[in-house]
Amino acid sequence: MPKRTDIHKIMLLGAGPVVIGQGCEFDYSGVQACKVLKKEGYELVLLNSNPATVMTDPEFADRTYLEPMTAEYLHEIIRRERPDALLPTLGGQTALNLAMEAWHSGVLKRYHVELIGANADAISRAEDRRLFKATMDSIGIRSANSESAHSMKEALVIAKAIGKWPLIVRPGFTLGGSGGGIAHSEEEFRTIVERGLELSLNHEVLIEESLLGWKEYEMEVMCDKRGTSVIVCSIENLDPMGVHTGDSITVAPAMTLTDREYQAMRDDSLKVMQAIGIQTGGSNVQWAVNPLNGERLIIEMNPRVSRSSALASKATGFPIAKIAALLAVGYTLDELLNDITKHTPACFEPVLDYVVVKMPRFTFEKFPAANSTLGTQMKAVGEAMAIGRNFNQAFQKAVRSLETGHFGFGLEPKQEHFEALNDETVAAELARPNADRVYFLHAALKRGWPLERIAELTNIDLFYLRKLAELVAFEKNITDTPELLRKAKELGYSDRQLAYALKSDELAVRARRKALGILPVYGTVDTCAGEFAASTPYYYSTYAEYDEPVHSNSGKKKIMILGGGPNRIGQGIEFDCCCVHAVFALKKAGYETIMVNSNPETVSTDYDTADHLYFEPLTFEDVLNVYEREQCDGVIVQLGGQTPLNLASSLEQAGVKIIGTPPADIDAADDRGIFKGIAKAAGVRQPASGMASTTEDACRIAAEIGYPVLVRPSFVLGGRAMAIVNQEASLRSYMVEATEVSEGHPILIDKFLSDAQELDVDCLSDGHTTVIGAIMEHVEQAGIHSGDSACSIPPRDLSQAVLDEIHTSSCRLAKELHVIGLMNIQFAVQHGVLYVIEVNPRASRTVPFASKVTGAPLAKYAALLMTGSTLKELGFTKSPQIHYSAFKEAVFPFVKFPGVDITLSPEMKSTGEVMGIDFDAANAYLKSQDAAGNRIPRSGGVFLSIRDADKQAALPFLQQLAKHDFEFYATAGTGELLYANGIQSHAVFRLSAGRPNLRDLIIEKKIGWIVNIPDLGDDGAKMRSFAIEFGLPITTTTAALQMATEGLVNSVVDAGRVDVCSLQEYHR
Amino acid sequence: MKKQVNEKINKAEATSLHSAYLALADGTIFKGVSCGAPCDVFGEAVFNTGMTGYQEIVSDPSYFGQIVTLSTAEVGNYGCNSEDMESRGVFLNGLIVQNLNPPSSWRSQQSLEELLRASGKPILSGVDTRRLVLHIRETGTQKAWIHADGTKLPCEEAVAKARAWSGLDGLDCAAKVADKPYTWCEQGDKKIVVLDCGVKYNILRQLAAAGFQVQVVPAGTTADAILALHPDGVLLSNGPGDPDGVVGVVDCVQKLLGRVPVMGICLGHQILGLACGARTGRLSFGHHGCNHPVKNLLTGNVEITSQNHNFAILQDSLGDELEVTHINLNDGTIEGVRHKRLPAFSIQYHPEAAPGPFDARYLFRQFRELIDKH
Repeated sequence: MPKRTDIHKIMLLGAGPVVIGQGCEFDYSGVQACKVLKKEGYELVLLNSNPATVMTDPEFADRTYLEPMTAEYLHEIIRRERPDALLPTLGGQTALNLAMEAWHSGVLKRYHVELIGANADAISRAEDRRLFKATMDSIGIRSANSESAHSMKEALVIAKAIGKWPLIVRPGFTLGGSGGGIAHSEEEFRTIVERGLELSLNHEVLIEESLLGWKEYEMEVMCDKRGTSVIVCSIENLDPMGVHTGDSITVAPAMTLTDREYQAMRDDSLKVMQAIGIQTGGSNVQWAVNPLNGERLIIEMNPRVSRSSALASKATGFPIAKIAALLAVGYTLDELLNDITKHTPACFEPVLDYVVVKMPRFTFEKFPAANSTLGTQMKAVGEAMAIGRNFNQAFQKAVRSLETGHFGFGLEPKQEHFEALNDETVAAELARPNADRVYFLHAALKRGWPLERIAELTNIDLFYLRKLAELVAFEKNITDTPELLRKAKELGYSDRQLAYALKSDELAVRARRKALGILPVYGTVDTCAGEFAASTPYYYSTYAEYDEPVHSNSGKKKIMILGGGPNRIGQGIEFDCCCVHAVFALKKAGYETIMVNSNPETVSTDYDTADHLYFEPLTFEDVLNVYEREQCDGVIVQLGGQTPLNLASSLEQAGVKIIGTPPADIDAADDRGIFKGIAKAAGVRQPASGMASTTEDACRIAAEIGYPVLVRPSFVLGGRAMAIVNQEASLRSYMVEATEVSEGHPILIDKFLSDAQELDVDCLSDGHTTVIGAIMEHVEQAGIHSGDSACSIPPRDLSQAVLDEIHTSSCRLAKELHVIGLMNIQFAVQHGVLYVIEVNPRASRTVPFASKVTGAPLAKYAALLMTGSTLKELGFTKSPQIHYSAFKEAVFPFVKFPGVDITLSPEMKSTGEVMGIDFDAANAYLKSQDAAGNRIPRSGGVFLSIRDADKQAALPFLQQLAKHDFEFYATAGTGELLYANGIQSHAVFRLSAGRPNLRDLIIEKKIGWIVNIPDLGDDGAKMRSFAIEFGLPITTTTAALQMATEGLVNSVVDAGRVDVCSLQEYHR
Repeated sequence: MKKQVNEKINKAEATSLHSAYLALADGTIFKGVSCGAPCDVFGEAVFNTGMTGYQEIVSDPSYFGQIVTLSTAEVGNYGCNSEDMESRGVFLNGLIVQNLNPPSSWRSQQSLEELLRASGKPILSGVDTRRLVLHIRETGTQKAWIHADGTKLPCEEAVAKARAWSGLDGLDCAAKVADKPYTWCEQGDKKIVVLDCGVKYNILRQLAAAGFQVQVVPAGTTADAILALHPDGVLLSNGPGDPDGVVGVVDCVQKLLGRVPVMGICLGHQILGLACGARTGRLSFGHHGCNHPVKNLLTGNVEITSQNHNFAILQDSLGDELEVTHINLNDGTIEGVRHKRLPAFSIQYHPEAAPGPFDARYLFRQFRELIDKH
């Protein structure tokens, strides 16, 4: 049955910003879907508010809308585009929820848009807890004893009826199990239920019996409209029930099920698909199995491509999203080919002859106050996947892929801390699921605790404990004999671990290993365990006898691109986007591209992105091995964030050819002392600064420079442990903590420029000429990490003199730093004077945003510059000028970390970003706020607190707002200003000054918008924290107030109708 | 490319001494660690790509005479238990795995290692099974020798032993694995006689579940003797080896056809083919796994099937009696046929699964319907 010809135009929904529980895996699925649907000849309309995605590159769809993912914008786009069908199953929960909203509101019906991939009934049956349970009951599949509640009262009645703690609370219709939790007491129960009811779109929470300690499985199912169904992958969680699967270490294929148990689970998974009414596509069914008697309960099913689908695709080589898209337009599985073998059909079940281990990446160090116990609410911000020929090998590779400073499981310095803990602590930490549990496991095994005892504490299956015990036992006898070295490599140990054990160094171990002929070989991920020849070069390393040859005889030059590894705050999808662009550009320019990465969520690890894909940890050892095997002509390190940069020098010393800006210059830009000289040579101004290794040094330097000062450790990612310090006492306490984080690197001290405008500049240089890609002006004042602040292109009010100076400074810096490729510069303008704050001669987080807005593919150009093209040859000789405006806004994970201090600071905390774009700057700003979920209300209560310096400037906007339907609540000074100008307002205290204050007003729901333009040191940060905590929009600068006001006035004039326009039209 | 690699290894290893390895007739050596019964065996080297079901595999009589390589990475994890046995014992000659583990499962009663040791069969673990699978895929099924008896044996001697073995072709393997007559299930309104060429218990379990009385008779039982049991249907079971080598069964089936409805599975399917004038031949490396897509040509449905066979009915030999009902979507080979006039059909794969998916369980119901109609 070939594809449908009755539909021509398909609308696809992306997943919006990256948040915890919904990461870049949906960019991967979206890209696959876009590619294949376009190839099939459909006209594609795409909605996604996230500019840092590959799928929103203009070439992937016919019309790409970077508009807020809300019902009103979707409505407007549908009205404008009139698609025949809407495909909502590839954009995560966001897309599914939005599609359901449009369906319920009748928009789809009104414009005759068909939901494809999953229909509304099926979605409801899967997503609505009660309907789901009833459906499962009807096919005889047991689900946990549970009831749903719509109020606290109902919830308490249910808790009583189930009659035992702990109880699991899950809100309906939320992301990654948001707002859920495990309640061990009535008190905890009340807290979780309250939060859950609020977060759930249908104000529903499910209260269910606890299956803590049961084994957890996931089955990835594909089905077509004929009813042919296959299991793409089974995944077993090493962490038993009670830990969100996104936070669990997971293993594929399932390890501890007999065939009988596995097949019964398979049959039931297919039955579930049928009963829910999934007609086509990929779904995910989750099961809990009682380890004592095999009793099996269903946990949930996702009627869409999920995070696990991305993992399953990477683990097996089966492109779930691509196939799901094809099935949605009418193909059947037997009509589609297995992409990897190219001659067998897609209607088969992949088999693995290796083991895949996925480990979650947490960032609790960013949120020290967060509860680090893992539960049913996901907390991981990223993940790494590793492939090995045995579980231990994959496990070791996964640990070192995480880049948490542990370079493996055991035999490494960071483990010493865990070994030194007392027995009580180890036992307690084993019983409490947490991010470091594997290291506690190691400590317990090293102590020789019986496996049964550890199993009792953790509920981890003996299979895994035995495997880990095997590693710990091996450690004790390691020497450098050929046999043991080979065995060590087979067990997955890194050279660094062996160097630690043998009191040697990594290079010496490597040399000895090579001399002994202990070399890695490469296996192919071929979907079929070798049964059929596979032509797709998707490899992993192992230590075995047979090295599968590189599928390559193109004679082309080979360029290796190093990816960014697991997502974390400060290093995420933006860098993957840059790497993917480099691959695209280099492929097109006739190079053979080799991608190395360990992040299964990404587009870069799709087997058809680069010519050769290596799913490997991004370590010196693993990367160098691939480099040597492939005989690369060059390696690109400047696009994948800090991870590849950290490897650059050691790789270069090992003889690797790094192309683009030399690593020495990249390091120089990061070295305060050296950079001071460079800045001087380039004739650019820097704020006064110094560098201190001791607290006394720091105090002396700060006194010279004058407070406030900005302090931070050198060489860390995402502004970790940065702070603005106003006085010596704070500086002293800061130094105590910071020296710990910086691990021996000195602490940097800068004069903090109060009231300055911050700018981000991304530019390109070919070594001779430099062209600015975009200048971005931060909406927030200096002091908030650039990754956390909103910014705009073009900048709004810079004098020509400043613009000229930015241009000359950028050119000179590029020259001094020998930049070939990308460079990011942070400038600050204080009272018309330009300062250079920081220079990073590499791709920055803002590159995808800048490229999307201007239409200039900066990362693609950068890759070509690195391979020797000039800007002139690329035709990129002038800064792009745009006749519209775009704003980037950050999105935060605080809702996942209740109780954490939400203060924004120079330390980055956001997980994702959105963009608002419009011909009118004010509308663009409003859109960015809408897209980030901070919708500025068109009427209602506004809290106003404006510092003296800005009062006059802000007044005209307040006057405008007063003409519309807003009610003002103002602090004393602002109230006086309003009164003096004939505007009424209610008096309200500052947070610190008395009550009623802002908090009270928020709780009474009198306020829908906060306008707080603070002085440094005011409670501004606290205000912003409140705003985020309560989901209220906040405006913190006069510039932002101006834009919001203009936008609101326009929107009132336009009677609330939103304007939408596609990227292709903007770029025209 | 691959050949070169093998030759390199051959030269280096031909004269070296190892305590445990697999030697293929073409001279390729695969080192491992002996962890089953300490003995040397010959066998036909095949591989199975299934990720679960090692116990069903080792107890499947169809693997008689074979050395089975499991491609899945971790084996033994859930142990063995009496319920999952597919026959009264272990029939393969040897097992090759990457990693062998002690059991962790509430169902386990015995480790895989213990089961094979008790059955006197060797296990070679720590083998680069991917290399072995790719090698068999490229060179086809081969005669092989497992050296695992604890002594040191030069590789070239093991290779010579592998070459010297006469192999399974033309051998009547069914006769060697068939059990004596027994009754599996006494309840049921209709009676099935199963002609045991090496039957898997799950076939019997499925027949019983379809409401049949089940009586099992060994291969070699005459048609008259079978008819004397007054069966409502006869099932030709799976079994090992070359269908051409099975003595007497083809004649028997020819006599049964038309007298009683017949269903064939695997070897039984090949025998039905032979009985209807078709010919069978060897596949290069056979089908052994749990993930093969098979299309039912009558319904258009696709099933994921459990497979274990080295021989198949040849497409060009079908003649007028049979029509193809199922094909393998991977390589287009025949997976099912039915008689055009008489109540008889057969499938090459395993509707009883064990191990593998149950997508084709409907075939037992189909047999029931055929009998009820007859």
